[in-house]
Amino acid sequence: MTLDVAWAVGWVRASAAAVLEHRDELVELDRQIGDGDHGENLKRGFTAVVAKLDALEEPPATIGDVLKLVATTLMSTVGGAAGPLYGTAYLRAAKAAAGPTLDSAGVVALLEAGLDGIVARGKATTGEKTMVDAWSPAAEAAAKAAADGAGPREVLRAAAEAAARGAGSTAPLVATKGRASYLGERSAGHLDPGARSSQLLLEAAAAAAEPAP
Amino acid sequence: MKKLINDPADVVAETLAGFAAAHGDLVAVHTAPDYVTRAGGATSGKVGLVSGGGSGHEPLHAGFVGVGMLDAAVPGAVFTSPTPDQIAPAFQAADGGAGVLAIVKNYTGDVLNFETAAELAEAEDVTVRTVVVNDDVAVEDSLYTAGRRGVAGTVAVEKIAGAAAERGDDLDAVEAVAKKVVANVRTMGVALSACTVPHAGKPSFDLTDDEIEIGIGIHGEPGRHRIPMATADEITQMLLTPVVEDLRLQAGEQVLLLVNGMGGTPASELYIVYRRARQLLEERGVEVTRSLVGNYVTSLEMQGASVTVLRLDDELTALWDAPVHTTALRW
Repeated sequence: MTLDVAWAVGWVRASAAAVLEHRDELVELDRQIGDGDHGENLKRGFTAVVAKLDALEEPPATIGDVLKLVATTLMSTVGGAAGPLYGTAYLRAAKAAAGPTLDSAGVVALLEAGLDGIVARGKATTGEKTMVDAWSPAAEAAAKAAADGAGPREVLRAAAEAAARGAGSTAPLVATKGRASYLGERSAGHLDPGARSSQLLLEAAAAAAEPAP
Repeated sequence: MKKLINDPADVVAETLAGFAAAHGDLVAVHTAPDYVTRAGGATSGKVGLVSGGGSGHEPLHAGFVGVGMLDAAVPGAVFTSPTPDQIAPAFQAADGGAGVLAIVKNYTGDVLNFETAAELAEAEDVTVRTVVVNDDVAVEDSLYTAGRRGVAGTVAVEKIAGAAAERGDDLDAVEAVAKKVVANVRTMGVALSACTVPHAGKPSFDLTDDEIEIGIGIHGEPGRHRIPMATADEITQMLLTPVVEDLRLQAGEQVLLLVNGMGGTPASELYIVYRRARQLLEERGVEVTRSLVGNYVTSLEMQGASVTVLRLDDELTALWDAPVHTTALRW
């Protein structure tokens, strides 16, 4: 099987729903070690993305078109660090997924491009208590699943599960990048809100690939 | 949460609407995207000065738009940096053909969004240079953090670079003097209470009645040390000492002393802090030749203050003294 534009649109809608559902949780995580706006900013961004999707007269032709719309809308509505980081991630992912469909290798390329975008913009690496701690294991798990012959759905599932573990692993870490870094040792003991939202978005990608019930 | 607001989602838009209505002689407020320029727009041939950041720090930055200071300011959501599609049009609006200097506080979101906006503006043939302000000495080991934050010292950078641009300096010269201010200005702050971001609905951190946070930034984030409440003189010493030591101030040097309120502290308390800070500087043989006391870089209704020292020479003193006509700073 391959993933198509309908999957990409479904991913966006599932992401918006997840962000809306977890808005307060993300605000609270960010309040503990940052400034408490992450959930509100992502809600504003994904609400705008869905409004733009709904306003389109014709469905997007490629997966890349969908992701590019996400990228530009997040960049122009989210602000903070998350706006440029997710904006760049989706922009790079859009370039990696330029065609109408994706096979397993295509999913891996998409995730690796998204990770590369976040790393390039944020200059962060794993273990610094950031989004990278969710995206990096996700891309790795996806690549391993694809190499083992898994289909795109299983590749996304592997990525989402790895993202969840990665996000969970940020709790004991001391932040060295972003706003939380100013807390030093006091940042330990809290989940990183960016890693948590990354987990939600990657789980939405996997959920959108599941067959309709 | 008790605030004089309508809907948390409308705070920035309604602030800007009131600001525009009150100060139409000085500023023009643009919406969708939101940014503020001087009423007359860009001055032909003059370097444009643009700054911005999250809302909630008023009068920073829109309060400093006007003759002798900024050409444009870009307000983001409360405590959230503005987006590139706001900043890039502000760059264009501020460009009088001599290029634009962006003054950016060192916070990850501000740096990333201004960086992206500069790329967008460059694509439209606007030359953009960026100076990052990082005056906060509370961040002790920058190797393990996002680096020192940009806080109240930003006012001095904007005022002095603004004066240089106004007298006709070219982009290289305005950038150089802005960097000179950054290199010679340091700040340390204290919070006695947290503030409440409207959309969060509860205080950004929890402090008991007998605790204070030493070394805060300006976004409501906690500082590095939580200590028991102390006297104003003791707290002032805790703020001033690391500032003076980081600047390696020597006897005989001249400085500007800025005591900045975080929004919820009365002027009387700021003057008590100023008094002690000035005594401490004079005890070291440092001469305070310029002063500023008041709420300039705030964190909503947070109680607290910061102490900023800028090492002055003849050039910086003259530029500080140059006329300025904005809603929040005027002489």
